[in-house]
Amino acid sequence: MDIKLTIDGKEVVVPQGTMLIDACRQAGADIPTFCFDPDLKLAGSCRMCVVQPKGWRNLVASCVTPAQNGMVIETESPDVIEARKVVLELMLARHKLTCHTCEKDGECNLQDYCYRYGVTESRFVGKVHSLFKDDSNPFIERDYDKCVMCTRCVRACDEITGARAINVMDRGHHAKIATSFDGELADSPCVFCGQCIMVCPVGALSSKIAAGKGKPAQNEKVLTTCTYCGTGCTLELNVKNDKVVGVTSNRDPEWSPVNRGALCVKGRFGWDFINSPERLTTPLIKENGEFREASWDEALNLAAQKIKGIKEGYGPDSLAMFSSARITNEENYLAQKLMRAAIGSNNVDHCARL
Amino acid sequence: MTNSINELENDSKCIFLIGTNTTENHPVIGYKIRQNVLKNGAKLIVADPRRIELAELADVYLPFQPGTDVALFNGMMNVIINEGLADREFIENRTEGYEAMAEVVAKYTPEVVAEICGVDAEDIRKAARLYAESEAAAVCYAMGLTQHSTGTDNVKSCCNLALLTGNLGKPGAGVNPLRGQNNVQGACDMGALPVVFTAYQAVTNDEARAKFEKAWGVELSGSNGLTLTKAINKAHEGEIKGMIVIGENPMVSDPDLHHVEEALDRLDFLLVQDIFLTETAKKADIVLPGVSFAEKDGTFTNTERRVQRVRKAISNIGDARQDWEIICDLSTRLGYPMSYNSPEEIFEEIRTLTPSYAGMTYARLEGKGLPWPCPTEDHPGTPILHKEKFNRGLGLFHAIEYIEPAELPDDEYPIILSTGRSLYHYHTGTMTRKATGLHEFMPENVIQIHTALAQAKGIVDGEVVRVSTRRGSIDLKAEVIDGIREDVIFTYFHFAEAAANQLTNSDVLDPVAGIPEYKVSAARIEKI
Repeated sequence: MDIKLTIDGKEVVVPQGTMLIDACRQAGADIPTFCFDPDLKLAGSCRMCVVQPKGWRNLVASCVTPAQNGMVIETESPDVIEARKVVLELMLARHKLTCHTCEKDGECNLQDYCYRYGVTESRFVGKVHSLFKDDSNPFIERDYDKCVMCTRCVRACDEITGARAINVMDRGHHAKIATSFDGELADSPCVFCGQCIMVCPVGALSSKIAAGKGKPAQNEKVLTTCTYCGTGCTLELNVKNDKVVGVTSNRDPEWSPVNRGALCVKGRFGWDFINSPERLTTPLIKENGEFREASWDEALNLAAQKIKGIKEGYGPDSLAMFSSARITNEENYLAQKLMRAAIGSNNVDHCARL
Repeated sequence: MTNSINELENDSKCIFLIGTNTTENHPVIGYKIRQNVLKNGAKLIVADPRRIELAELADVYLPFQPGTDVALFNGMMNVIINEGLADREFIENRTEGYEAMAEVVAKYTPEVVAEICGVDAEDIRKAARLYAESEAAAVCYAMGLTQHSTGTDNVKSCCNLALLTGNLGKPGAGVNPLRGQNNVQGACDMGALPVVFTAYQAVTNDEARAKFEKAWGVELSGSNGLTLTKAINKAHEGEIKGMIVIGENPMVSDPDLHHVEEALDRLDFLLVQDIFLTETAKKADIVLPGVSFAEKDGTFTNTERRVQRVRKAISNIGDARQDWEIICDLSTRLGYPMSYNSPEEIFEEIRTLTPSYAGMTYARLEGKGLPWPCPTEDHPGTPILHKEKFNRGLGLFHAIEYIEPAELPDDEYPIILSTGRSLYHYHTGTMTRKATGLHEFMPENVIQIHTALAQAKGIVDGEVVRVSTRRGSIDLKAEVIDGIREDVIFTYFHFAEAAANQLTNSDVLDPVAGIPEYKVSAARIEKI
């Protein structure tokens, strides 16, 4: 059944059971959030998404309040703005403001909302204890002093990956995200998929492999398909100055049909072989057991001459080709065409059996 | 896969994993299976000699002996037939060969099979009932099922089970091989196989050959070529004189590396095209630098047959060239000119010769890609195969007897060595061992050994031990665990300096597929 309500003076019709946040967004309102994630269970904890229903005593968190027939909602009333500013000030009170060196600079919800509501500093000065902890794993950096306790990482770990490696430890001022017994990630069920980094709304979680190479907000992002297993996950190569400097993912099923942004440790953190100094950069010809650099013309002419010699001396079936499960369809097509049409043999295979 | 990946999260009511350590080798598919079990209560059956991560969530876990897959399938089918759980209507309308299959299966009672596989008869019954009574049951397998001397029989048995219960052609069901390399499906589709052109059109079929001869303007050979494993053997015998290797590393990935090395050394000419100087490239006479996935445009086809775009993010490194340009240039110098302006232009040619890709264009592939078959430009692609009928019409049951693995343990080599991959590395490690984080996290190989076997041998966790088979020995750090059968040891094949494939067998191949028996080698483990 559909219900009707008024949001910022605009009438909207939504199915019964719709949460206010979705109704508000349908009406074109820009609702700020930290803990809300459309793919994860509702937490209703950050209070950033509060809105004001007319005639109600309190503001309500729109992400966990079902829309009701006849409701009249204001999404940017003075009360709402004041409440959101207080939420931001409370977060700033325990947030290390090092935006200039932060990986999330430019795509950080806290930064964006403070800008939006003109919150420059926090009134709530008091004891600030650093929860700094060095975790020696080579993949995931967790900076507790930037955490806003939205628990999206906890829910992504449970609800997307199912690793259940982390949860909230302690309460109140001392609350923090930790593995059981507050140990290192490597000793927990963590599989270093980095889904926690994907959902983090601030700079509390980031990639150690990409650190310092380019802020994701400033990188060009090229959507492509992963080079590792056969699942066919979509990922975004982050590019800066014609160099791959990181991997992020797109969660839209229209662009990431298989994985919806989820990746594994190889997809998210196994990309820097691309920049390895050991990459081959020029053709090589072996002479007296040693390789020497050669021009393309020299290498290809010599290769063609050797292949022709064998074909003429022993027949086309004395040659064989191993094509590759790592190159593209177009390249595999040409490879087998070369073997069949140019050389004249069906001796072409690849590592499908290995 | 006959079905699609996301069905494993949303539609399957029961998932039977055999020979796939999904969370390590296809992690994102592993997440989806786990979520289906945890959120929707899907039933899970795991058959694996190692207690893999997903075994912890399984309703039935069958730690069966490597190489006894056919017996296990026959045992489950025996229960299904005897307890009246078979899908009679499906068998009647969509299959043939049931009687012959049922006759063989009748001998494989749960008690007989329990003896062969080393598992409880009651667990076989439980697994059979869970699978057969579920509204939609999917079987997923990987190389754990196929890398056996009876690999083809194992896969056929898997199909028998699905046919017997009507688990084909509907959402959440199917026979689902999880393919291990990002474009292994595409390489097969494109005819990088010795017996077929694109879309599995046989080279021995006169009509198919005539079609390609016309398109390519040249006469083509009608005799089947050599598989990779056979080509290595023929090189060893001196019949293959020259090889072109593109983005492959047989010096780490192929069975019995000593034999591979001798074979490559006997070649008159070896050409390698790769992005790194791999162990194989080091053996080459000429090495040509290609480019990685980050530097190229094109398409990959994943394990669910979905063709997706690969997009160029950065320029070629150094003087390296696009792999397609290298192939064209070499072909032209061989006297068969090839000239294209872009990968898209090559794809357009592929479409005209490949019925299952005929309806695809780069524009159509832009967002979600398309699963083949996609025969026309208005066809939406096919996420689920065999809905109305099978390619051959009726689904064919195969009557398959259990055959023991070719290499069995004896007094000298009393345990079974099995090999596979880790979550943290990929295939021969050419890429992952040069990825800084992955290399730091897992810098070296280990051998997994059960606590009881370790105690009997006086081996402690972390100790370097010697593992030997009839091919050779390697020294590896012992990882003493409980999650493996006591008569099985397991190692990874990513590490050239401690290469598992020095131990594996190149003499024994599946007679149909030519796949090596990687999951079963008779072995010995000892203190140094």
